[in-house]
Amino acid sequence: MPNKLGLSPEQIERCRRLARQVADGVREQTSQYTTVATERTVLRLFGVDGVDADDVPIPNRVIESLQACGKLARGAALWMGSALAQGATDVSAAAALLADSKRAAALSEHPRWRETVAPHVEAAVARIRGNRAERERRQAAHPPEELPLLYAIVATGNIHEDLVQAEAAARAGAQCIAVIRSTAQSLLDHVPFGATTSGFGGTFATQENFRLMRAALDRVEPEIGRYVRLVNYCSGLCMPEIAAMGALERLDMMLNDALYGIIFRDINPLRTLIDQNFSRRINAAAGVVINTGEDNYLTTADAVEQAPAVLASQFINERLAKNAGLQDWQIGLGHAFEIDPELEDGLLLEIAQAEAAREIFPDAPLKYMPPTKHMTGNIFRGYQQNALFMLTSVATGQSIHLLGMLTEALHTPFLHDRWLAIEQAKTIRRNARHLSEEIAFPPGGRIVRRAHEVLRDAERILEVVSQKGLFAALAEGVFADTRRPRDRGRGFEGVVRRDAAYSNPFLEAWSETPAGARA
Amino acid sequence: MSAPKAVRPYGDKKNDGAVQISFTLPIPKSAVATEAAKRYVSKMGIREPYVTLAEAIAPGFTYFIVYGRATHDVDVSAITAEEAPAAPLSREDIDAEIASRFGRRLVVLGCALESDAHTVGLDAIFNMKGFAGDYGLERYHGFDARNLGAQVPVAEVARQVRDANADAVLVSATVTQNEIHIRHLTDLVDMLEAERLRDNVVLVAGGARVDHALAKELGYDAGFGPGTTASRVAAFLLQELSRRHGVPGAGS
Repeated sequence: MPNKLGLSPEQIERCRRLARQVADGVREQTSQYTTVATERTVLRLFGVDGVDADDVPIPNRVIESLQACGKLARGAALWMGSALAQGATDVSAAAALLADSKRAAALSEHPRWRETVAPHVEAAVARIRGNRAERERRQAAHPPEELPLLYAIVATGNIHEDLVQAEAAARAGAQCIAVIRSTAQSLLDHVPFGATTSGFGGTFATQENFRLMRAALDRVEPEIGRYVRLVNYCSGLCMPEIAAMGALERLDMMLNDALYGIIFRDINPLRTLIDQNFSRRINAAAGVVINTGEDNYLTTADAVEQAPAVLASQFINERLAKNAGLQDWQIGLGHAFEIDPELEDGLLLEIAQAEAAREIFPDAPLKYMPPTKHMTGNIFRGYQQNALFMLTSVATGQSIHLLGMLTEALHTPFLHDRWLAIEQAKTIRRNARHLSEEIAFPPGGRIVRRAHEVLRDAERILEVVSQKGLFAALAEGVFADTRRPRDRGRGFEGVVRRDAAYSNPFLEAWSETPAGARA
Repeated sequence: MSAPKAVRPYGDKKNDGAVQISFTLPIPKSAVATEAAKRYVSKMGIREPYVTLAEAIAPGFTYFIVYGRATHDVDVSAITAEEAPAAPLSREDIDAEIASRFGRRLVVLGCALESDAHTVGLDAIFNMKGFAGDYGLERYHGFDARNLGAQVPVAEVARQVRDANADAVLVSATVTQNEIHIRHLTDLVDMLEAERLRDNVVLVAGGARVDHALAKELGYDAGFGPGTTASRVAAFLLQELSRRHGVPGAGS
């Protein structure tokens, strides 16, 4: 591990210990609950899918019905197994029975529900294991990837148009393709169904859209000689459902962070941290790399002032991820290049932050986000900011580089906006290939001093959060000056206290073995 | 009416019409594609088109950068000002005027509507720190500035207008797709009218694709484009609310 900044390993270790206290506190406070989204996810993993005549997804219907008759506290799997054991011919028939609250109310727990449901659990676990092996097989067939991985976004709203844009970006050099979701999707308490052609600011995440995009990227793979990673977003009210859909359709990377939803979308903290744990378990098993959302603090707050909060959050997120079974190589901690370009030595502060993240989290595939806040509509200045961003990324060994668009904040990217971004990044990556090996930072210099200051302040934040606990810290507005009490916010009504007989066989299957261990 | 004054773009000589254009044609790169780009640019009224870049950016798509000389001109004497009227005033002046004219704080709500998740514009106008060295509305004593954040449903805005007895609402529209921002901005006017609240508030729109003329057309009192600072919006609010409440403005 490089140590160019002279950061104290003991201080970093202290931060990790404090983060562990925070994460353990979260586990303690969440383990006795489940949520409607978590239970819908169990159903989806069993293969329950589709919508009814009113376009309501069947998993929602089943969970509403179980909740209405007071049966959800034992978990959906127990009732699925009981329905099957008592004669339902298949999973769909069992779902139809459970969606009818009168029939669901009359259903009793079957003593052999667990054995009945076991083959269905194994089928889903096997499919996800198979997808993971398939990814590894495909990746092994190509030469090692150049870093940082170039990550491009498509967001036309229409999946069929997205396919055109994604294939174009992949051919031009993009190594990760993220399909931005329709902006309101994080607040929907259901996942839309089927191929979709109308979204706003993005395209709905649906299992069919995932399948279509996966197939398109697999189609270009032989031609371009690279495996293209597919990225989506499991955050918001349907976090674990989207993780499950992604695992079933071989997505490779998932934005997966509760904190952003809590602070900026007013999603209930308890609900989303429970959902986050299950979604991260799924991602761990699927071999998915998660991206955390620390970059988002900086889009609304001042990047210089918030740098310690970003680092503190990275420590917490790392521990929450490990508690959910994710390995270092799967934990794509986020940060961003958002310092005001008018600030004297702003670039030095960016380099300090990026280098510190690299040295503190040496095995994490760091996700580096582009300037968005200080993009002005002067596309030429924007292109220059993006060049500084890419140069910093290369110079500090970042892993996943979200390409900045010169038209950021003007419109969703045009075909040539994305091409210009990829060309710029490829040029800088080639032209500055070994720059990081040639850079040393003078002890006591501006960059080193800044990195030490940020780490020191991050430790102070972690001390406060570990004393209070994460829920109290959120309620008191420690993060981004926004108060988010434990029992307020969107989706709280979907939190259910577990019964002693509660079971989630998937959580159990993936918790027994360190699921993220590389095959 | 002043004398006609025709202008053209300026490169390095008056009225040389120098312009740069970049665009993509959905055809593969070839000599034909480059000629097609030239002809296309000619149809835009640009002579001597010079294609400086023709690049195959995807199968079946070619990106062009073209320089040329525009033949059109525009008579600037025939154009009326389309900026929201607001005398330049400092934050201190605005605060002092609000205190003396109204004797209370003016309640200003800010939001981005429905699917719009972007708070960049909103934060630039509201946050204490402000934008480009110009402090945001939260810093003013004269305003009770309440930033409702992004993705606020129009019905919720109406409810907040009633509950807070708001004097003004500032709506930020940032990124758009398929002109969705227009629909949201219109929906808010319709909702406020349906709830009989429209006349109670000064309604202002802002954003990358917003200007004063568009905002007026949509039923807003003013519109502000990119680069607008909080003090300019604040000066407009002071002036417009003074006019509505029949408060004589000092020095106006």
